[in-house]
Amino acid sequence: MTLAAIQVLNGLTFAALLFLVASGFTLIFGLMRIVNLAHGALYLMGGYIALSTAMESGSFALAIAAAAAAIALAGFLVDRFLLGFVKGHELRQVLLTLGIALCLNDLALVIWGGDTFTVPVPEALRGAWSFAGISYPRYRLFVLAVGVVVFVLLWLLVNRTRLGALIRAGVDDAETVEAIGIDIKRVFVGTFMLGAALAGVGGALGGAFLSLYPTADSEILVFSLAVVIIGGRGSLWGAAVGSLFVAMLATYGQVWFPELAYFVIFGPMALLLAFRPLGLFGRAA
Amino acid sequence: MRRSTRLAVFAATLAVLALVPFVVPGYPTTLATEMLIFATLAMSIDILSGFAGRTPLCHGAIFGVSTYVLLYYVTVANGNVWVGAALGIAAATLTAMIFALLAVRTSGVYFLLLTLALGMVVWGVCLRWTSVTGGENGIRGTVRPAWLGNARVLYYFILVVTSAMTAAMWRFVRSPFGLTLAGIRESETRMRALGYDVPLHLFLAFTVSGFFAGLAGVLYAFFNSFVSPSTVGLEQSVEGLLMALVGGVGTLFGGLVGAAIIISLENLVSAYTERWMMALGLLFIFTMIFAPSGVLGRVREALAGNGKPRT
Repeated sequence: MTLAAIQVLNGLTFAALLFLVASGFTLIFGLMRIVNLAHGALYLMGGYIALSTAMESGSFALAIAAAAAAIALAGFLVDRFLLGFVKGHELRQVLLTLGIALCLNDLALVIWGGDTFTVPVPEALRGAWSFAGISYPRYRLFVLAVGVVVFVLLWLLVNRTRLGALIRAGVDDAETVEAIGIDIKRVFVGTFMLGAALAGVGGALGGAFLSLYPTADSEILVFSLAVVIIGGRGSLWGAAVGSLFVAMLATYGQVWFPELAYFVIFGPMALLLAFRPLGLFGRAA
Repeated sequence: MRRSTRLAVFAATLAVLALVPFVVPGYPTTLATEMLIFATLAMSIDILSGFAGRTPLCHGAIFGVSTYVLLYYVTVANGNVWVGAALGIAAATLTAMIFALLAVRTSGVYFLLLTLALGMVVWGVCLRWTSVTGGENGIRGTVRPAWLGNARVLYYFILVVTSAMTAAMWRFVRSPFGLTLAGIRESETRMRALGYDVPLHLFLAFTVSGFFAGLAGVLYAFFNSFVSPSTVGLEQSVEGLLMALVGGVGTLFGGLVGAAIIISLENLVSAYTERWMMALGLLFIFTMIFAPSGVLGRVREALAGNGKPRT
């Protein structure tokens, strides 16, 4: 019973982290049709920046803020100065972001080396919380809470604000939005920065419980891909449901079939795709 | 290009390649061997990306499956090397068939993403299934027969195999089947309206492409005598795709040009710095921005438009 509850909590907390990363990915993919394969590298960079900030200043909150700001800036630079060259060529954009991912990873290797690091968390989040006979790490519950809060905030942003209306309109038909006099480019840049910042925050939070090492970026990228493929492009609910699905499969897969954990995640994904090529919540472009 | 000119270019290329072990023996010959192997991989990728219009990011995995199977069969199970090679190619082809079944319904970016994810599954299995794959340590062992022990003999063996495979791939993409693939690349709906079974064609193209990638993987096992998860990793798929892109997608022989450029560059860069991944990333970015049609693509455009690039 206790063990089962802990498994469920493990799945839920991992889902919250995945949602943070994948929601940024799906926002960019949905609105701008850009599959940002550098998203995993941005996550890792965010984690490393949070690590250095936390080491220097001792403040976890500052570390998260620094990661978000730095990665948002990186997103701005990528969107402004690189992706502009290949506007309208989907495949070239994807491959370009792949090049960016390789560069960023190597840069991270130069700066932080190949060792495994864990972002230090403040005293208040260390240790375990006991409730009804179950004790569970506080920090992971904190990540779960952050995931829920971010989901609510993003939902409000997308469904209750003018910017959200523009984003939704842009997902459906960017040309028409532009034709009625709205500067869709600014919406694009803003979305790209927001999506990147989410990757940065994900890196900061993930760096404290999954730890940071040179191949962490491609692992989180593949999980995000699975989430978006399952959930469907550009859908917040899709990202949430997809994150839960992938995280639960990953958690239980690791317990039941430790050597084949990847199969357990991607088998169902492939099966789903055979029936719904656009994912659970996806709509045709 | 006229048939006679093309034959002349082929003959000249082959002659140059045949002279390599005499003109530059030693390390450069080893590099040339590696180049031929990766050229085969890049051309197998071009069958899909250039001719069927589906850019895959899983060929490193298909390639590496065959390397893994051959090394496992020979060094761990003490089997015959040629049986192992056949099993390796069969395993790679089977992997490609499974990938194809899942991926042929998608196109464009979705195809890329799905194949990336599928390739990562193979990587994850090779990394975690320690009892069979050796995990991070991989599998090490000389699998090539004794008569291939000499570097020069190995080079000629691989040159003969890759030439034959290149000819086979060339016949394949120029066959009516290959032209149908080009039709699908240009307009899937039109081909469907004409009565072609588009998913079936893509499935077969993927399978054939996987077969050639598997063959390259067997040659790589001969050449490298070692396999680890990085052989099936994303970097391998990325590097293979970049070779096809730099050489020119849809030209087939671009794979050879791209492999030559990237492997020379890798050695040049590695001689001075450890930052090869950064160089590879920058090369990707520059290729996408400034030369998306690749070297041979440019040449073809120049020939077709009397010096003016086609728009």
